[in-house]
Amino acid sequence: MSEMSAISEAELQAWADGRLDEGRRVALEAWFAAHPEEAERAAAYRGFSEQLRIRFDPVLEEPVPLRLQLAARRGARLRTLGVAAGWVALGIAVGTVAGWQLHALQAPASAAKAEAPVIARRAALAHATYSPEVRHPVEVGADQEQHLVAWLSKRLGGEVRAPKLDAEGMALVGGRLLPQDPGPVAQFMYQNAQGRRVTLYVRTEGLDHRETAFRYAREGNVRVFYWIDRKFGYALSSGDMEREELLKLANVVYRQLNP
Amino acid sequence: MSNAQSLIDLIPRLRRYARALVGDRAAADDLVQDTLERAWSKLHLYQSGTDLRAWLFTVMHNVHVNRVRAARPTESLDDEMPELAQRATQGDALVVRDLERGIAALPVAQREVLLLVALEDLSYDETARALGIPIGTVMSRLSRAREKLRILMNGKGGGKLQVVK
Repeated sequence: MSEMSAISEAELQAWADGRLDEGRRVALEAWFAAHPEEAERAAAYRGFSEQLRIRFDPVLEEPVPLRLQLAARRGARLRTLGVAAGWVALGIAVGTVAGWQLHALQAPASAAKAEAPVIARRAALAHATYSPEVRHPVEVGADQEQHLVAWLSKRLGGEVRAPKLDAEGMALVGGRLLPQDPGPVAQFMYQNAQGRRVTLYVRTEGLDHRETAFRYAREGNVRVFYWIDRKFGYALSSGDMEREELLKLANVVYRQLNP
Repeated sequence: MSNAQSLIDLIPRLRRYARALVGDRAAADDLVQDTLERAWSKLHLYQSGTDLRAWLFTVMHNVHVNRVRAARPTESLDDEMPELAQRATQGDALVVRDLERGIAALPVAQREVLLLVALEDLSYDETARALGIPIGTVMSRLSRAREKLRILMNGKGGGKLQVVK
Protein backbone atom coordinates (compact mmCIF):
# COMPACT_ATOMS: atom_id res chain seq x y z
CA MET A 1 0.00 0.00 0.00
CA SER A 2 1.48 3.27 -1.09
CA GLU A 3 0.27 5.34 1.88
CA MET A 4 1.66 2.77 4.29
CA SER A 5 5.12 2.99 2.82
CA ALA A 6 4.91 6.74 3.35
CA ILE A 7 4.41 6.26 7.09
CA SER A 8 7.66 5.46 8.84
CA GLU A 9 8.14 3.87 12.23
CA ALA A 10 9.92 7.05 13.32
CA GLU A 11 6.83 9.04 12.46
CA LEU A 12 4.68 6.72 14.48
CA GLN A 13 6.99 7.30 17.45
CA ALA A 14 6.87 11.04 16.85
CA TRP A 15 3.07 10.87 16.81
CA ALA A 16 3.14 9.12 20.19
CA ASP A 17 5.35 11.94 21.46
CA GLY A 18 3.10 14.61 19.99
CA ARG A 19 5.98 15.88 17.87
CA LEU A 20 4.57 15.66 14.35
CA ASP A 21 3.70 18.81 12.50
CA GLU A 22 0.05 19.33 11.79
CA GLY A 23 0.14 18.07 8.19
CA ARG A 24 1.80 14.77 9.03
CA ARG A 25 -0.31 14.28 12.11
CA VAL A 26 -3.50 14.52 10.06
CA ALA A 27 -2.06 12.17 7.42
CA LEU A 28 -1.01 9.66 10.06
CA GLU A 29 -4.34 9.72 11.82
CA ALA A 30 -6.11 9.16 8.51
CA TRP A 31 -3.84 6.18 7.98
CA PHE A 32 -4.61 4.93 11.49
CA ALA A 33 -8.30 4.80 10.58
CA ALA A 34 -7.48 2.12 8.04
CA HIS A 35 -4.94 0.36 10.29
CA PRO A 36 -6.50 -0.21 13.68
CA GLU A 37 -3.70 -2.43 15.04
CA GLU A 38 -1.13 0.23 14.32
CA ALA A 39 -3.41 2.84 15.81
CA GLU A 40 -3.75 0.77 18.95
CA ARG A 41 0.00 0.28 19.16
CA ALA A 42 0.68 4.00 18.81
CA ALA A 43 -1.99 4.82 21.39
CA ALA A 44 -0.39 2.36 23.82
CA TYR A 45 2.97 4.09 23.32
CA ARG A 46 1.42 7.45 24.02
CA GLY A 47 -0.24 5.99 27.10
CA PHE A 48 3.12 4.84 28.47
CA SER A 49 4.40 8.41 28.38
CA GLU A 50 1.40 9.66 30.32
CA GLN A 51 1.80 6.91 32.89
CA LEU A 52 5.49 7.66 33.24
CA ARG A 53 4.72 11.25 34.08
CA ILE A 54 1.90 10.33 36.44
CA ARG A 55 4.23 7.96 38.24
CA PHE A 56 7.40 10.08 38.35
CA ASP A 57 6.33 13.73 38.24
CA PRO A 58 5.62 13.69 41.99
CA VAL A 59 9.38 13.28 42.49
CA LEU A 60 9.68 16.92 41.38
CA GLU A 61 7.68 18.01 44.41
CA GLU A 62 9.70 16.05 46.96
CA PRO A 63 11.97 18.10 49.19
CA VAL A 64 15.54 17.89 47.95
CA PRO A 65 17.72 15.97 50.41
CA LEU A 66 20.35 18.08 52.13
CA ARG A 67 23.18 15.91 50.85
CA LEU A 68 22.19 16.72 47.26
CA GLN A 69 21.95 20.43 47.94
CA LEU A 70 25.42 20.28 49.43
CA ALA A 71 26.75 18.27 46.49
CA ALA A 72 25.41 20.91 44.12
CA ARG A 73 27.16 23.65 46.10
CA ARG A 74 30.36 21.91 46.97
CA GLY A 75 32.26 22.84 43.85
CA ALA A 76 31.18 26.45 44.19
CA ARG A 77 32.54 26.53 47.70
CA LEU A 78 35.81 24.99 46.61
CA ARG A 79 36.15 27.62 43.96
CA THR A 80 35.13 30.43 46.24
CA LEU A 81 37.41 29.55 49.08
CA GLY A 82 40.21 28.35 46.89
CA VAL A 83 42.12 26.75 49.72
CA ALA A 84 41.77 23.44 51.45
CA ALA A 85 41.69 25.15 54.83
CA GLY A 86 38.58 27.00 53.79
CA TRP A 87 36.97 23.75 52.78
CA VAL A 88 37.74 22.23 56.14
CA ALA A 89 36.24 25.25 57.85
CA LEU A 90 33.14 24.95 55.72
CA GLY A 91 32.93 21.26 56.48
CA ILE A 92 32.91 22.08 60.16
CA ALA A 93 30.27 24.75 59.64
CA VAL A 94 28.13 22.40 57.60
CA GLY A 95 28.60 19.67 60.15
CA THR A 96 27.53 22.05 62.85
CA VAL A 97 24.43 23.05 60.96
CA ALA A 98 23.62 19.43 60.27
CA GLY A 99 24.13 18.67 63.94
CA TRP A 100 21.79 21.42 64.96
CA GLN A 101 19.23 20.24 62.49
CA LEU A 102 19.44 16.80 63.92
CA HIS A 103 19.11 18.28 67.34
CA ALA A 104 16.11 20.34 66.24
CA LEU A 105 14.50 17.31 64.69
CA GLN A 106 15.00 15.31 67.82
CA ALA A 107 13.77 18.06 70.09
CA PRO A 108 10.31 17.38 71.43
CA ALA A 109 7.52 19.24 69.68
CA SER A 110 6.45 20.79 72.95
CA ALA A 111 9.67 22.73 73.16
CA ALA A 112 8.27 25.90 71.65
CA LYS A 113 10.69 27.90 73.74
CA ALA A 114 13.64 25.95 72.43
CA GLU A 115 12.47 26.47 68.89
CA ALA A 116 13.00 30.19 68.79
CA PRO A 117 16.70 30.19 69.68
CA VAL A 118 17.30 27.74 66.84
CA ILE A 119 16.48 30.38 64.29
CA ALA A 120 18.73 32.83 66.11
CA ARG A 121 21.61 30.38 66.21
CA ARG A 122 21.26 29.41 62.60
CA ALA A 123 20.96 33.02 61.53
CA ALA A 124 24.06 33.90 63.56
CA LEU A 125 26.00 31.04 62.02
CA ALA A 126 24.94 32.08 58.52
CA HIS A 127 25.89 35.65 59.32
CA ALA A 128 29.28 34.63 60.66
CA THR A 129 29.89 32.44 57.63
CA TYR A 130 29.03 34.87 54.87
CA SER A 131 29.36 38.42 56.15
CA PRO A 132 33.21 38.32 56.20
CA GLU A 133 33.27 37.21 52.56
CA VAL A 134 35.04 39.78 50.44
CA ARG A 135 34.57 38.46 46.95
CA HIS A 136 31.46 36.30 47.25
CA PRO A 137 29.29 37.58 50.07
CA VAL A 138 26.10 36.79 48.13
CA GLU A 139 24.94 34.46 45.43
CA VAL A 140 22.86 37.01 43.55
CA GLY A 141 23.78 40.67 43.73
CA ALA A 142 21.53 43.66 44.34
CA ASP A 143 21.93 44.59 40.67
CA GLN A 144 19.57 41.68 40.03
CA GLU A 145 17.28 42.42 42.94
CA GLN A 146 14.08 41.59 41.07
CA HIS A 147 15.42 38.23 40.05
CA LEU A 148 16.79 37.62 43.54
CA VAL A 149 13.45 38.26 45.22
CA ALA A 150 11.51 36.23 42.66
CA TRP A 151 13.90 33.33 43.00
CA LEU A 152 13.90 33.30 46.80
CA SER A 153 10.11 33.65 46.85
CA LYS A 154 9.81 30.67 44.57
CA ARG A 155 12.15 28.56 46.65
CA LEU A 156 10.62 29.50 49.98
CA GLY A 157 7.11 29.06 48.64
CA GLY A 158 5.83 32.50 49.57
CA GLU A 159 6.32 36.14 48.75
CA VAL A 160 9.68 37.17 50.21
CA ARG A 161 10.70 40.82 50.17
CA ALA A 162 13.99 42.57 50.62
CA PRO A 163 13.37 45.61 52.81
CA LYS A 164 14.86 48.90 51.70
CA LEU A 165 17.24 50.20 54.34
CA ASP A 166 18.85 52.99 52.36
CA ALA A 167 17.37 55.59 54.70
CA GLU A 168 19.28 53.86 57.52
CA GLY A 169 22.47 54.02 55.47
CA MET A 170 22.37 50.30 54.64
CA ALA A 171 22.44 49.27 50.99
CA LEU A 172 21.37 45.85 49.78
CA VAL A 173 24.37 43.76 48.73
CA GLY A 174 22.28 40.81 47.56
CA GLY A 175 21.19 37.49 48.89
CA ARG A 176 21.51 33.78 48.84
CA LEU A 177 19.64 30.58 49.44
CA LEU A 178 20.85 28.33 52.25
CA PRO A 179 20.18 24.63 52.53
CA GLN A 180 18.12 23.91 55.58
CA ASP A 181 15.73 21.34 56.87
CA PRO A 182 12.78 21.14 56.25
CA GLY A 183 13.11 23.73 53.50
CA PRO A 184 15.62 26.24 52.19
CA VAL A 185 16.02 29.61 53.86
CA ALA A 186 16.94 33.00 52.42
CA GLN A 187 19.59 35.43 53.54
CA PHE A 188 19.72 39.08 52.49
CA MET A 189 22.85 41.07 53.15
CA TYR A 190 23.15 44.83 53.65
CA GLN A 191 26.19 47.00 54.03
CA ASN A 192 26.79 50.59 55.06
CA ALA A 193 29.39 53.06 53.81
CA GLN A 194 31.88 51.86 56.43
CA GLY A 195 31.54 48.29 55.24
CA ARG A 196 29.56 47.12 58.28
CA ARG A 197 27.15 44.37 57.38
CA VAL A 198 23.84 43.09 58.64
CA THR A 199 22.03 40.02 57.36
CA LEU A 200 18.34 39.26 57.34
CA TYR A 201 17.57 35.57 57.60
CA VAL A 202 14.13 34.49 56.39
CA ARG A 203 12.62 31.08 56.80
CA THR A 204 9.20 29.62 56.19
CA GLU A 205 7.22 28.91 59.34
CA GLY A 206 4.47 26.38 59.86
CA LEU A 207 0.92 27.14 58.98
CA ASP A 208 -0.18 28.15 62.44
CA HIS A 209 0.12 31.87 61.71
CA ARG A 210 1.88 32.70 64.91
CA GLU A 211 3.28 36.08 65.68
CA THR A 212 5.88 36.86 68.26
CA ALA A 213 7.43 39.99 69.64
CA PHE A 214 11.05 40.84 68.97
CA ARG A 215 13.44 38.64 70.84
CA TYR A 216 17.09 39.12 71.31
CA ALA A 217 19.94 36.63 71.35
CA ARG A 218 23.67 36.78 71.26
CA GLU A 219 25.81 34.07 69.73
CA GLY A 220 29.47 34.79 70.19
CA ASN A 221 30.05 38.19 68.62
CA VAL A 222 26.83 38.13 66.64
CA ARG A 223 23.76 39.93 67.96
CA VAL A 224 20.41 38.80 66.65
CA PHE A 225 16.88 40.14 66.82
CA TYR A 226 14.36 37.59 65.70
CA TRP A 227 10.62 37.36 65.35
CA ILE A 228 7.92 35.34 63.65
CA ASP A 229 5.29 37.01 61.57
CA ARG A 230 2.66 34.70 60.08
CA LYS A 231 4.26 32.79 57.26
CA PHE A 232 7.88 33.65 57.91
CA GLY A 233 10.41 33.71 60.69
CA TYR A 234 12.97 36.51 60.53
CA ALA A 235 16.31 37.09 62.18
CA LEU A 236 18.39 40.21 61.76
CA SER A 237 22.04 39.70 62.63
CA SER A 238 25.03 41.94 63.05
CA GLY A 239 28.54 41.37 64.24
CA ASP A 240 29.46 44.96 64.95
CA MET A 241 26.31 46.86 65.76
CA GLU A 242 25.19 47.69 69.27
CA ARG A 243 21.97 46.21 70.51
CA GLU A 244 19.98 49.46 70.39
CA GLU A 245 21.14 50.25 66.91
CA LEU A 246 20.22 46.78 65.70
CA LEU A 247 16.82 46.98 67.37
CA LYS A 248 16.11 50.22 65.57
CA LEU A 249 16.97 48.56 62.30
CA ALA A 250 14.82 45.53 63.16
CA ASN A 251 11.88 47.88 63.72
CA VAL A 252 12.38 49.42 60.31
CA VAL A 253 12.51 45.97 58.73
CA TYR A 254 9.40 44.88 60.59
CA ARG A 255 7.42 47.96 59.56
CA GLN A 256 8.43 47.58 55.94
CA LEU A 257 7.40 43.97 55.84
CA ASN A 258 4.06 44.83 57.51
CA PRO A 259 2.96 48.08 55.89
CA MET B 1 22.93 32.88 37.93
CA SER B 2 25.75 30.95 39.50
CA ASN B 3 26.58 27.42 38.50
CA ALA B 4 25.73 26.20 41.98
CA GLN B 5 22.28 27.71 41.80
CA SER B 6 21.71 26.33 38.32
CA LEU B 7 22.63 22.89 39.59
CA ILE B 8 20.38 23.20 42.61
CA ASP B 9 17.47 24.25 40.43
CA LEU B 10 17.97 21.17 38.27
CA ILE B 11 18.14 18.66 41.12
CA PRO B 12 14.40 17.82 41.03
CA ARG B 13 14.61 17.03 37.33
CA LEU B 14 17.70 14.90 37.81
CA ARG B 15 16.01 13.06 40.67
CA ARG B 16 12.93 12.32 38.59
CA TYR B 17 15.00 10.85 35.79
CA ALA B 18 17.25 8.91 38.15
CA ARG B 19 14.27 7.47 40.03
CA ALA B 20 12.77 6.16 36.81
CA LEU B 21 16.16 4.91 35.64
CA VAL B 22 17.22 2.94 38.71
CA GLY B 23 13.94 2.54 40.58
CA ASP B 24 15.11 2.59 44.16
CA ARG B 25 14.92 5.99 45.85
CA ALA B 26 18.19 5.86 47.77
CA ALA B 27 20.09 4.42 44.81
CA ALA B 28 18.62 7.12 42.58
CA ASP B 29 19.74 9.87 44.96
CA ASP B 30 23.19 8.27 45.10
CA LEU B 31 23.29 8.51 41.34
CA VAL B 32 22.24 12.17 41.45
CA GLN B 33 24.88 12.92 44.07
CA ASP B 34 27.63 11.24 42.06
CA THR B 35 26.41 13.12 39.00
CA LEU B 36 26.59 16.48 40.77
CA GLU B 37 30.05 15.74 42.09
CA ARG B 38 31.27 14.61 38.72
CA ALA B 39 29.66 17.65 37.10
CA TRP B 40 31.78 19.92 39.30
CA SER B 41 34.96 18.09 38.44
CA LYS B 42 34.11 18.18 34.73
CA LEU B 43 32.66 21.66 34.63
CA HIS B 44 35.45 22.86 32.35
CA LEU B 45 33.98 20.53 29.70
CA TYR B 46 30.61 22.22 29.84
CA GLN B 47 30.15 24.88 27.18
CA SER B 48 28.38 27.76 28.82
CA GLY B 49 25.34 28.90 26.93
CA THR B 50 24.40 25.34 25.99
CA ASP B 51 21.70 23.42 27.79
CA LEU B 52 23.09 22.59 31.23
CA ARG B 53 20.36 20.06 31.85
CA ALA B 54 21.16 18.07 28.72
CA TRP B 55 24.81 18.12 29.69
CA LEU B 56 23.97 16.82 33.15
CA PHE B 57 22.07 13.93 31.59
CA THR B 58 25.26 13.12 29.69
CA VAL B 59 27.22 13.17 32.93
CA MET B 60 24.59 11.01 34.62
CA HIS B 61 24.62 8.59 31.72
CA ASN B 62 28.38 8.16 32.05
CA VAL B 63 28.21 7.73 35.81
CA HIS B 64 25.39 5.22 35.51
CA VAL B 65 27.00 3.16 32.77
CA ASN B 66 30.22 2.97 34.77
CA ARG B 67 28.32 1.81 37.83
CA VAL B 68 26.38 -0.85 35.94
CA ARG B 69 29.58 -2.09 34.34
CA ALA B 70 31.31 -2.21 37.68
CA ALA B 71 28.43 -4.07 39.30
CA ARG B 72 27.85 -6.53 36.48
CA PRO B 73 31.01 -6.69 34.42
CA THR B 74 29.93 -9.61 32.26
CA GLU B 75 26.65 -8.11 31.23
CA SER B 76 26.32 -6.36 27.93
CA LEU B 77 24.81 -2.92 27.99
CA ASP B 78 23.83 -3.25 24.40
CA ASP B 79 20.36 -3.22 23.03
CA GLU B 80 20.31 -6.96 22.93
CA MET B 81 20.98 -7.50 26.59
CA PRO B 82 19.12 -10.77 26.84
CA GLU B 83 17.90 -10.69 30.42
CA LEU B 84 14.23 -11.13 29.66
CA ALA B 85 14.55 -13.46 26.72
CA GLN B 86 16.60 -15.83 28.85
CA ARG B 87 14.07 -15.83 31.60
CA ALA B 88 11.29 -16.49 29.15
CA THR B 89 13.02 -19.43 27.53
CA GLN B 90 13.79 -20.80 30.95
CA GLY B 91 10.07 -21.02 31.34
CA ASP B 92 9.79 -18.63 34.24
CA ALA B 93 6.53 -16.85 34.60
CA LEU B 94 7.50 -13.28 34.29
CA VAL B 95 5.36 -11.10 36.42
CA VAL B 96 5.04 -7.59 35.22
CA ARG B 97 3.31 -5.85 38.04
CA ASP B 98 3.18 -2.44 36.58
CA LEU B 99 4.85 0.08 34.38
CA GLU B 100 7.74 0.44 36.78
CA ARG B 101 8.59 -3.19 36.53
CA GLY B 102 8.28 -3.04 32.78
CA ILE B 103 10.69 -0.13 32.64
CA ALA B 104 13.13 -1.92 34.87
CA ALA B 105 13.01 -4.93 32.58
CA LEU B 106 14.20 -2.94 29.59
CA PRO B 107 17.88 -2.96 28.62
CA VAL B 108 19.58 0.11 30.10
CA ALA B 109 20.28 1.61 26.68
CA GLN B 110 16.63 1.46 25.68
CA ARG B 111 15.41 2.59 29.06
CA GLU B 112 17.58 5.72 28.92
CA VAL B 113 16.24 6.72 25.51
CA LEU B 114 12.63 6.11 26.47
CA LEU B 115 12.92 8.09 29.69
CA LEU B 116 14.79 11.03 28.19
CA VAL B 117 12.20 11.35 25.43
CA ALA B 118 8.95 10.38 27.12
CA LEU B 119 9.56 11.53 30.69
CA GLU B 120 12.14 14.30 30.39
CA ASP B 121 10.78 15.60 27.09
CA LEU B 122 14.17 15.96 25.44
CA SER B 123 13.99 16.26 21.65
CA TYR B 124 15.29 13.29 19.66
CA ASP B 125 18.28 15.42 18.74
CA GLU B 126 19.02 16.38 22.35
CA THR B 127 18.66 12.75 23.39
CA ALA B 128 21.14 11.73 20.70
CA ARG B 129 23.64 14.31 21.92
CA ALA B 130 23.11 13.53 25.60
CA LEU B 131 23.82 9.85 25.03
CA GLY B 132 26.43 10.31 22.32
CA ILE B 133 24.58 8.18 19.77
CA PRO B 134 23.23 8.88 16.27
CA ILE B 135 19.64 10.03 16.02
CA GLY B 136 18.76 6.91 14.03
CA THR B 137 19.82 4.86 17.03
CA VAL B 138 17.61 7.00 19.25
CA MET B 139 14.62 6.23 17.06
CA SER B 140 15.31 2.51 16.86
CA ARG B 141 15.90 2.18 20.60
CA LEU B 142 12.76 4.18 21.31
CA SER B 143 10.77 1.94 19.02
CA ARG B 144 12.16 -1.25 20.54
CA ALA B 145 11.74 -0.01 24.09
CA ARG B 146 8.09 0.81 23.55
CA GLU B 147 7.30 -2.37 21.73
CA LYS B 148 8.99 -4.44 24.41
CA LEU B 149 7.05 -2.60 27.07
CA ARG B 150 3.83 -3.17 25.18
CA ILE B 151 4.47 -6.88 24.98
CA LEU B 152 5.44 -7.02 28.64
CA MET B 153 2.29 -5.25 29.58
CA ASN B 154 0.16 -7.30 27.25
CA GLY B 155 -0.55 -4.47 24.90
CA LYS B 156 -2.61 -2.56 27.37
CA GLY B 157 -0.07 -0.25 28.83
CA GLY B 158 -2.03 -0.48 32.03
CA GLY B 159 -0.96 -0.75 35.63
CA LYS B 160 -2.65 -4.04 36.32
CA LEU B 161 -1.05 -7.22 37.47
CA GLN B 162 -0.32 -9.33 34.48
CA VAL B 163 1.48 -12.55 33.87
CA VAL B 164 3.45 -12.95 30.70
CA LYS B 165 4.71 -16.40 29.87
